[in-house]
Parts: sequence; structure tokens; C-alpha cells
Amino acid sequence: MSLLDVNDLCVDYATPNGPAHAVSHVNLSLEAGEFLAIVGESGCGKTTLLFAIAQLLTYPAAFTGGSVVFNGLDLTSLSPEELRQRRWRDISVVMQSAMNALNPTLSIGEQLADACRAHTDWDGERIAARSAEVLQMVSIDPVHLASYAYQLSGGMRQRAMIAMALLLEPQLVMMDEPTSALDVVAQRSLMRQVEDLRQRLGFSVIFVTHDMSVVSHFSDRLAVMYAGEVVELGSTRQVFDQSRHPYTQGLMEAFPSLLGAPRALTGIAGNPPSLVEPPPGCLFAPRCKYVFETCRVLAPELVDREGHATRCHLVNPVVVA
Amino acid sequence: MSEVLGVEELSRHFRVGGFRSRGTLHAVDDVTFTIAAGEIVALVGESGSGKSTIARVLAGLYPPTSGRITFEGQVLGTRFTRETRGRMPMVFQDPFGSINPVLRVGHGLLRALKLHRPDISRDQRVDEAVTLLEKVGLSPGGDVMTRYPHELSGGQRQRLGFAQALASRPSLILADEPVSMLDVSIRIGLLNVMKELRDSEGVSLLYITHDLASARYVADRMIVLYAGRVAEEGLTEEVIATPQHPYTQLLMSSAPDPRLPLSEDVEHSDLGEPPKVIDPHAGCRFAPRCPLVRDECRHVDPPRVDVSATHHAVCFAVAESWASR
Repeated sequence: MSLLDVNDLCVDYATPNGPAHAVSHVNLSLEAGEFLAIVGESGCGKTTLLFAIAQLLTYPAAFTGGSVVFNGLDLTSLSPEELRQRRWRDISVVMQSAMNALNPTLSIGEQLADACRAHTDWDGERIAARSAEVLQMVSIDPVHLASYAYQLSGGMRQRAMIAMALLLEPQLVMMDEPTSALDVVAQRSLMRQVEDLRQRLGFSVIFVTHDMSVVSHFSDRLAVMYAGEVVELGSTRQVFDQSRHPYTQGLMEAFPSLLGAPRALTGIAGNPPSLVEPPPGCLFAPRCKYVFETCRVLAPELVDREGHATRCHLVNPVVVA
Repeated sequence: MSEVLGVEELSRHFRVGGFRSRGTLHAVDDVTFTIAAGEIVALVGESGSGKSTIARVLAGLYPPTSGRITFEGQVLGTRFTRETRGRMPMVFQDPFGSINPVLRVGHGLLRALKLHRPDISRDQRVDEAVTLLEKVGLSPGGDVMTRYPHELSGGQRQRLGFAQALASRPSLILADEPVSMLDVSIRIGLLNVMKELRDSEGVSLLYITHDLASARYVADRMIVLYAGRVAEEGLTEEVIATPQHPYTQLLMSSAPDPRLPLSEDVEHSDLGEPPKVIDPHAGCRFAPRCPLVRDECRHVDPPRVDVSATHHAVCFAVAESWASR
């Protein structure tokens, strides 16, 4: 049985012009110990999906369908109190901006202790010992238990957030762009550390990012999202080396390389569609260079072939009656 | 090629700390470089390397502690005239914080034209603004003029930033991390705008970034900064093909590239923390992180080594390997 099963998940945002379909009919599954990356542009619904899995959505976002089954238990059916007991113990979240996620008026140690007290009945001694232990795991000297967020560098703050997420040894750690505020060297070192810890402690990771090159060497599987839908899903190497969806191919063409002869790149022209009144047919059709008749009228399905799923009429031709 | 900007031994220090712990932060120390007409120069470094400080000194936001800046053949004083500001405008990092949200897109552009282009009449300004918007790929320009900033995406706002910079007919645009807050998929479009402006308008750009790959994509030359000092400088392809300084090599191997296997040669314990340079003593500032560190690095300033006429590095290890050749 897989650790996490997301079935047909839909999330809408209430807007003055009607509901915006931020996440529509997403299906994902995650094995214990697996590293799944979710990539896409801003506004593609990747963070909303993460929040929906953790059951952290608040108005104007609303859950409109589907289920999130974690360890055989549907999280959408639980009461707030039942959820509270499972959060942080089973699932933890590392937020995007460590500067905003850490409390500037409390020391790192107080914040770690706060999380422990909220979710366990540990005594002070055990809390202190565990706090020091998790900080060491992420290569921060335990003297920083007494430090405040402003006294740490960007990379250290982000690692402190990861330490906090590991406090109660959760089975699933979800990370929302933890590296986007970091420099390349710090980014690489953080990714290595996450990978190291995952292999040692065996937790699963869902990692959300807009920069697919960041996860290229670390994730087991990669899901590409566009306008609230998963458009391609496969093993990381499959998606990189044999990308099938034109959007994924466009993303691959969007970042310059340090290798080979310099060449001109074009990126992907245009903007994502309105989620309130999505165009008929394929949502990527208005920007797609291979667009043809069928794309504009019929929405493609996500079709799995040998563990590599794609939502595109080019890859999965349909016979129009 | 004629020189647009000359920077000689520029330093900028800041007083930091309180009553007891007063110190001097050396944000930029003895940085020398030039920018030629129609050239894109990339200033590459991690946060804390002093790259934004250099841009801010050039924009006149703070005066230099010491050093000389020559712009279009004239030495810049501490007070900038409106003309100088117009000839050397800046594009900022944050496209959401740098545009007034309550005024239409056209306002900022028309105002820049009114202030900096007395040669064109009021009626011509609108046409000129539309032309500028279309030069940076915001079309139809007339329609974009009437929109509010919130109606534009991050990438479109940064394009607007470049249009506003262009309004004063600059010879040099200071672009401080113009793409780092944008999605990867949008960045390339903006980098292309920068190249187009160089090619069609003949404008020079100082492109400030921590992303070596994007610097390689747009820049003719690159300057690698570490902790306020130049570590390496050269033609882009020379630096990328034969990086000399250990720091440049670290940056190269840290750049994520799905087309490359994961490099294992990077020091595992390197957590990527550049130092704060407070009251420094002599010696190479990269020494604590350097895999090739030797005794002299820690207390003698490293020498400049000219690898070719257009490429140099500041490092003892490089000096030695070149001396033995």
C-alpha cells in the first residue's frame, strides 16, 4: 500500500467572477521513502495542492472534491482535532520563506520546544535533547538554540526550518520551494542535506519548485503541473530525457546551460489561461506550438504508459467519431 | 570600442554594530572594471558578495568610500545631475515593489519622458511611450499603457521596468537581479530582451546575478565577485571554458544542470556561506572555504594573474600553476 494516495483532488478559489479551479482532478500516489517533485510556473496550483494534502486550506480556497488517503485514512473526513493530532507527527511542512515562517521574537530553541509541546507530552529535558539533535542533523551547532532568526544566514534559517520539520520524525515532509531564496552553492548544499537525511531517516518528500533543474538529481519521480492539472508524471529521468508534453519540453528549453556551445533559447510564449473561465479543450493549447484542431475542442486525459503519464493529444491520439 | 563606464579601485564600507562592537563592514574593496559601449557585463556572486552595493554606488544611492567612477568620459561627483541619472538608470530586482500600484502603466513612462526628454512634445510622448513598450515586447503598447500594474504578470512588469529605463535614452542600464524573482520559464524571455536592447539600441548593461548560467547566456564579459573583491574577470566564454579561481569552479559545479551528472567533487561540508567582511586583515577572503588553501593565503593578499589579455584571476594557486608553465 502506498503512503499517500491523492484521488481526483479539486480545489477552487472563490473570486468575484466565480470559482477559479486552482487544482483540478489531480491523482498522485507516493510510496514510503519516495521523493516526489512537483514543478510548474507560479499560479499552476502546486502550492495549493500541497496545502490541500496537508488540509491547510483556508477561505477563499475550498476543497471541492476528491480524497487524500494517508496511511489508509482519508484526511478529508477527519475532524479538526483529529487532524491536529496527526499534523507534524505524521506530516510536516517546510514553508517557502524561512524569514517569514520563523517567529522573529522567539529563539530557535523556543520555537522547536513550542512544536514539541503542542504535539507531544515530552518533558523539558527530552525536548532540549531532541532539539539539539535535530539541529545537528542539519549541520547547525546547537548553540544556535539560543539564537534568533535574524542572527542566522538565509541558508541556516532554511535548514532550521527543516530541523523543525524533522522534530517528531514524520513519515512525510512537504517542502514548498525551500531553496528559492538561496544562492546556488547554498541551494546545492541544502538539497544534498535533504537527500542525505531522507536516506538515513527514510521519510518521504514532496518537493514543490518552479525550477526543475534544482530537483533533477534528487527526486525519484517528477510531476509537471500546468493550470491546475498534472500534465506529465514519470520517473525524473524519463521526464527529463524523454519529455513528451510540449509544456515540459518548453520548460526544458527555458534555462540556459553552462555546457556546450552558446545558443539562443526562446522559452514559452504567452501566459497561463484564466482559471475562472478556462478555454475549452487542452488548457495549454493557446501557447502550444504543435496545437491542432482536436486540442481546441477536446480536453486530453492523463494517460499512463509504462509508468510515464502524459496529458496530450499528440502523445495519446484520440479517434474523433 | 569606447568606454562607457570606468570604475577604479572602488570601495564602499559601512559602519556596523553598536556602541561596544563597532566595526567596519567592507562591502566592496578595491574593485576595478570597465564597461564598453554596447557591451553586457555580468557581475556574478553570492549574496553578500557586494554586487548590489556596486550597483547602488553607481546609481548614486550611496557615495563611494573611496575610488573613482568615470561615466561617459567624466568623473562622477557625489551629486548626480538628472541627466546622469537618465543616462544610467536602474532596473530593480522586485517587480512587485518597484512600480506604483495605484497609477496606470502609462504614468511612469510618460513622466520619465517628460523629465528626461525635453526635445519631444506632449503629443509625441504617447507615441514614444508606445514604441518603448513594444521594444520590450509589451504589445499592443497603447492597450498596455491604460492598464494598472496588478494586471501585469511579474515578467511583464520587469519588461515595463526596462521600458522605463529606456525612456531616458540611457547609455548604460544597471540591472540588479532583474530575473531572480521570476519563474524560470519567464526568465529567458527577459534575458532575450536585454540582448535585443544591446543589439538594436546599442545600450550597455551591467547585469547583476548569482546565476552563472544566465550570465553566460547574456553577457559578453563576466566579473566574479567574492566578499567584496574581484576573484576572476574575463570574456564569458573564456571564464566558462577555463575557470581559474577555485570560487568560480565552486559556482560552476554548484549550478544545477539536469544535462550533467551530479558533480561529486564539491566539498561536502561546504554549506555555501559567504563571510561578512568586518574589519578584515590581509589575505584571501575565500581561504576558509578554499580546497587549495595554503599558508600564505591566510595573511597575504593574493596576486592578480593575467591568464590572457582578456582574462585574469586573483589567486595564489593560479599564480603558481601559471609560473610553473
